[in-house]
Amino acid sequence: MNVVLLSRIQFALTIGFHFLFPPLTIGLAWLLVMIEWRGWRRNDPTWVRMGRFFSKILALTFAVGVATGIVMEFQFGTNWAVYSKFVGDIFGAPLAAEGVLAFFLESGFLGLYLFGRGRISKGAHWFSILMVAVGSTVSAFWILVANSWQQTPAGYVVENGRAELTSFSAAVFNPSTLPRFLHTVDAALIAGAFLVAGVAAFLLRRDKEDGLARAALRLAVVFGLVASVLELFPFGHIHARQVAHTQPEKFAAIEGLYTSQSAAPMVLFAYPVTPPPELKAKVEIRGVLSWMAFGDINAPIRGITDFPPENRPPLWLTFVSFHNMVVLGLYFIAAMAWGTWQLRRGRLYEGRRFLMLLIVSIPLPLAACQLGWMAAEVGRQPWIVYGLLRTSDAVSTSVPAGDVLFSLILFALLYVLLGCLYVYLLVREIRHGPPAAVTAQA
Amino acid sequence: MDLNTIWFLLVGVLIAGYAILDGFDLGTGVLHLVTRDEDERRVMMNAIGPVWDGNEVWLLTGGGALFAAFPPVYASVFSGFYLAFMLLLVALILRAVSFEFRAKVESPGWRRAWEIAFGVGSAVPALLYGVAVGNVLRGLEMDATGVSTTLLGLLNPFALLFGVLGLAMFVLHGATYLGLKTEGALQERMRRVASALWVAFIGLFALATVTSYFVSPWLFERWFSNPLTWIFFALLLASCIAGPAAVRASHFGRGFLASAAATASIIALAAEGLYPRLVPARPDLAASLTIYNASSTPRTLTTMLVIALVGMPFVIVYTALIYRAFRGKTTLTADSY
Repeated sequence: MNVVLLSRIQFALTIGFHFLFPPLTIGLAWLLVMIEWRGWRRNDPTWVRMGRFFSKILALTFAVGVATGIVMEFQFGTNWAVYSKFVGDIFGAPLAAEGVLAFFLESGFLGLYLFGRGRISKGAHWFSILMVAVGSTVSAFWILVANSWQQTPAGYVVENGRAELTSFSAAVFNPSTLPRFLHTVDAALIAGAFLVAGVAAFLLRRDKEDGLARAALRLAVVFGLVASVLELFPFGHIHARQVAHTQPEKFAAIEGLYTSQSAAPMVLFAYPVTPPPELKAKVEIRGVLSWMAFGDINAPIRGITDFPPENRPPLWLTFVSFHNMVVLGLYFIAAMAWGTWQLRRGRLYEGRRFLMLLIVSIPLPLAACQLGWMAAEVGRQPWIVYGLLRTSDAVSTSVPAGDVLFSLILFALLYVLLGCLYVYLLVREIRHGPPAAVTAQA
Repeated sequence: MDLNTIWFLLVGVLIAGYAILDGFDLGTGVLHLVTRDEDERRVMMNAIGPVWDGNEVWLLTGGGALFAAFPPVYASVFSGFYLAFMLLLVALILRAVSFEFRAKVESPGWRRAWEIAFGVGSAVPALLYGVAVGNVLRGLEMDATGVSTTLLGLLNPFALLFGVLGLAMFVLHGATYLGLKTEGALQERMRRVASALWVAFIGLFALATVTSYFVSPWLFERWFSNPLTWIFFALLLASCIAGPAAVRASHFGRGFLASAAATASIIALAAEGLYPRLVPARPDLAASLTIYNASSTPRTLTTMLVIALVGMPFVIVYTALIYRAFRGKTTLTADSY
């Protein structure tokens, strides 16, 4: 086992586990902004109780998100010291900005939101959850700025053995920042919607007259439909276009385009094998890929064999993760569309099978996030900074492989424990249900 | 004053801010570990409950700022202290989740387990931070790849002395904070703990200072050549006189300010002794990483300065307002941990 492989596995494990929680935090926070608004402005006890209930889930999720996030802030330095020295002039700034402009905001106001009821006005209480939502979204922005710079570096020059900043705005608003920010934040909104929908469905299966659960389900289904549709179009589409235009090797890998051609086909289903790169059991539509990526059915797209083998990402993992993410994305639209339709027909609360489907769908947006990130990060290989620095050249040279193996096992065990405890406590919280309604005394 | 010096100061402010704010969280965690009464333990956890997370952000922002302004320092120190950092991270993770996890299950075994996680998750960082500072002040072995030490090498007697000094400082600060936020028997106990810890702190500081004369004489060259030393030392002296007196008289507000001032002044003294070095090298001091040979470009430093000058005032203001909302004695409500 060498240091590069161990460090890569550790990074993948720690970031993968961490990224189960921020999507739920961001999505749930924005839903709570809406829920608490109604509780406040309408003085409606149902929405107030709903807010209290989901705020407990937010608190649990946020805690594990923060705990696993601290690891990430330090891991660039501990395991990727060569990378840190090379990109620090550019990469460090978004991380620091994330702290100053986002972490303080979300963490500070979360304390006020969770514990400030009774100490501050209702308006100030609503403002705190708004700041948590804004803070977590700004946090997503800055970390995506940093990661996007790895994908499509801009605003720099290589000098003195490192990448040096020439333009902060060009580096921040590099070609992939905005498409990835929109796509990632919307994915979080979908995750939040499915969480609320699934929890509401669970409560409704216990008692279909439950007014709080009905209200929550209505909100989640409509919100979820809008978010799911936007995620595909325009956000998913814009993002894929950006990859086609600025990261051709990744595009070829995720789409399974192995030979350069015009009228390139969109592959709906296939099984990639190598060597040589080939798709088995292929189902495709000619011309669609060229049309979607470049607006012209006959536009030429470079296939993976057009690139030197040492610059190609792993093909199977990128293709499979990307396509399964898309399948899930389509399912999200279908599920929420069905729910919205059932709502219009007045049959949403009785459909027990659909309610069960919503319950089991709770983790699916998180799966889609994991798959999307796999496609994004594995698709960038062998580069840690596209075209500038290879992953294999970027690890800390002063850390022995044994130390990394030790920390990898330590985190793996700790995260398995944390994951199990999180699920256990979350299920307990959901089963316990919202606080009881207090009947007004005359 | 050049950009590099400004950033040296800003990183120092972030470190001092962290020590003053999360410092009392860590101190509370350590005291929690040795408190027998379960109700008192619950009050202690809730005394920091609403604010600990925002306090911890100072560490993240400090790390981010170090990365942005002095990338080679961030890279060589973090990779050089690898195993120590991993230990620190596990402790911080356990502390972070212990707040949420503790009260969720009725079982006493579960609660005790998470209380221990909270305590150990506070004690380990409280010790390791001082060990880190001690090692930096002692000087670090460097080679072509950067800092090259082992975990055992980092746990040398000099660094461990600083570790214990740091631990005493954080627990003292936690005790004065709890004196402010609690009442009755608990508050009285915190008063006595704080009084004892002032003595320990002053004694350990004196020992650490004398020892560093032999281990890192270059620190004294720096201190004696700079008038700022006397200002920081005067502040430290004032807090070591006012602090114990305030605690004895149960003036916990003043006591807390004094422990905060003591924390800030010893960090200021350490920083001033280090300047302009960030990672002193041993045995050859000339191989040190300094704010000049290990910094980002002026463009980056300037851009980051703008972000800091725009962002930090907001942070200070809303943090103060949030603390103000939680002023007064800690009370247990339906929302408490």
